[in-house]
Amino acid sequence: MKSTLTAAALAAALAMGATQASAEMSDIKVGMITTLSGGGASLGIDIRDGFMLAVKQAGAGHVDVVIEDDQRKPEIAVQLADKMVQSDKVDLLTGIIWSNLAMAVVPSVTAQGKFYLSPNAGPSALAGKGCNKNYFNVAWQNDNMHEAAGAYANEQGYKNVFIFAPNYPAGQDALTGFKRFYEGELAAEIYTTLGQQDYASEIAQIRASDADGVFFLLPGGMGISFLKQYADSGLDLPLMGAAFSFDQGILQAVGDAAMGVRNTSQWNKDIDNPANKKFVETFQAEYDRLPSLFASQGYDTAMLMISAMKKADVKDADAFRAALEEADFESTRGKFSFDTNHHPIQDIYVREVIKEGDVYTNKLIGTVLTDHSNAYVDECKM
Amino acid sequence: MSLMLLIEQVLNGLQLGVMLFLMASGLTLVFGVMGLINLAHGSLYMVGAFAAAWVAAATGSFLLALAAALAAAAAAGAIVEVVVIRRLYARDHLDQVLATFALILVFSEGTRWIFGSFPLYLNVPDYLAGPVTLPGGIEYPLYRLSLIGVGGLIACALYLLIARTRLGVQIRAGEADREMIAALGVDISKLYTVVFALGAALAGLAGALVGTIQSVQVGMGEPVLILAFVVIVIGGIGSIKGAFVGALLVGLTDTLGAFLLPQLFGAFMDVSSAAAVGSALASMLIYLLMAAVLFLRPRGLFGDTA
Repeated sequence: MKSTLTAAALAAALAMGATQASAEMSDIKVGMITTLSGGGASLGIDIRDGFMLAVKQAGAGHVDVVIEDDQRKPEIAVQLADKMVQSDKVDLLTGIIWSNLAMAVVPSVTAQGKFYLSPNAGPSALAGKGCNKNYFNVAWQNDNMHEAAGAYANEQGYKNVFIFAPNYPAGQDALTGFKRFYEGELAAEIYTTLGQQDYASEIAQIRASDADGVFFLLPGGMGISFLKQYADSGLDLPLMGAAFSFDQGILQAVGDAAMGVRNTSQWNKDIDNPANKKFVETFQAEYDRLPSLFASQGYDTAMLMISAMKKADVKDADAFRAALEEADFESTRGKFSFDTNHHPIQDIYVREVIKEGDVYTNKLIGTVLTDHSNAYVDECKM
Repeated sequence: MSLMLLIEQVLNGLQLGVMLFLMASGLTLVFGVMGLINLAHGSLYMVGAFAAAWVAAATGSFLLALAAALAAAAAAGAIVEVVVIRRLYARDHLDQVLATFALILVFSEGTRWIFGSFPLYLNVPDYLAGPVTLPGGIEYPLYRLSLIGVGGLIACALYLLIARTRLGVQIRAGEADREMIAALGVDISKLYTVVFALGAALAGLAGALVGTIQSVQVGMGEPVLILAFVVIVIGGIGSIKGAFVGALLVGLTDTLGAFLLPQLFGAFMDVSSAAAVGSALASMLIYLLMAAVLFLRPRGLFGDTA
């Protein structure tokens, strides 16, 4: 009898503790649409795992996440978004990797008054004329890392760079971004097919040009194919690119072919701040692999959302939006704030691919752009 | 544009062509002999690549990896034929498409379940790595040159198999009249299993050879499958010779189109829009080729004229 009483008292005490904790934080229902199958699945899985790690650390019970796979297909993403808004009644959506999918989903869900936090895709159209007060990008505007690569090419004194990217919104943004900062000549500018696996033709053209450097954007499997074929071609021009082509998830599949490549990124696992240390350690403990750039973006997205939940209820859209705008959270990348078009102002670094023991990874080697925003701020009228 | 660049691009086109032939030959045999549309052929390509990557990681030997690719894809093909495909021969093409599409999903998720979502590592062995200098001073990767050689050899071997051996006679007879050869005492269901496994093995080999220079990941087979279907439609369904000619045509058209068209448009447009228009048109080029062939020869280049 006595022991049951004690147990009941303990339970009551615990319950009180729990309600006290929850008083500080409002509840939210999140819809996550991301790529969990097919070629780009590793990116979506990293975003999801990073996001869920932060949710777990914040304490369960307040965040209800519905996760669905868009299979990298715009029409499926649109269906999922409709289902989440209409039948799951989510308050906030997130998760999309690819810019073409974001363009299909974001304008419609924000028009229905839902919040959208982008953990990855940042097409120029959504940063400029198509910006929306309920759309926040927690990763970058698509051009950012390519602008940094352009600045880096100037820094290194390249005069004649060969540039190429797949023919889709992020590919076009990449080349535009590079050219915005790069001051030298272009040896050639080529658009490849999205999903292309054979780069023999492009490599032949690089060989025939008199370029002194190569800049490219090839996320996922495309980058693996190109790097292996490039290493085998006997060419040794320096390669530059944005972090997407050289991230943790794909480096092991590329192997030695990626060694020494310089890439620009807003995050790396060795950025020295407490939030990042905690993220890298807990991510490894939870999932038994090194976190990627995408995982850090998923984590930051959830951290931003949780910071806003502590200040306002998502049902009060204006207060919640104001809380998001403050970006009052410890980002894994250090300094982080939003510009007026709801895209990040942040530092962008250069990394180099190295080998730590048996594992290929990136090392920070310098900062290219400090407090960098984006070129579309003035076009955005909210 | 120099002559050397053009020659290098022609070699690239040939290399793509012979690899497409490995895929298309199995597809065309299965379609020709058994009248079956097999959408899961791309999955067998993926099985070959994953088996090769796994064995290469475990043993470090590239040749063992290729052997594993052949064996794994042939085994997967034989099992699939006995368990699923056999029930589909009498059904119409729509049922076959539905069932083999389901197989794609089963293979993709099964592979993800076993190997995870991250791409695997498979690299060119040291003795085939790096470029060689061809007559005329063209530098070309040795591995790609070997692919052209291997593809050519397999094409010859397959031609001899079909034209000169007893199995080849049975395959051709099966194409012409399956009731008759069954009546003559040939075990038709065993023949079908053998043909299916042979096609699967060739697809698996292509997957391993191509996966070595591309990426080994779930879903790698589907883009190739579409090209392989274009090849067999151009070449004529059921014809090995047609598959070979069609594969080379598609390989060369695709490679040279993607390379030459942007340059052509560059003559009267600014660089960015020429690149965009040129590459958009280049990706349509093989389908235009297919449409033109079908217009002139509705059964493909080497298809039955009957």
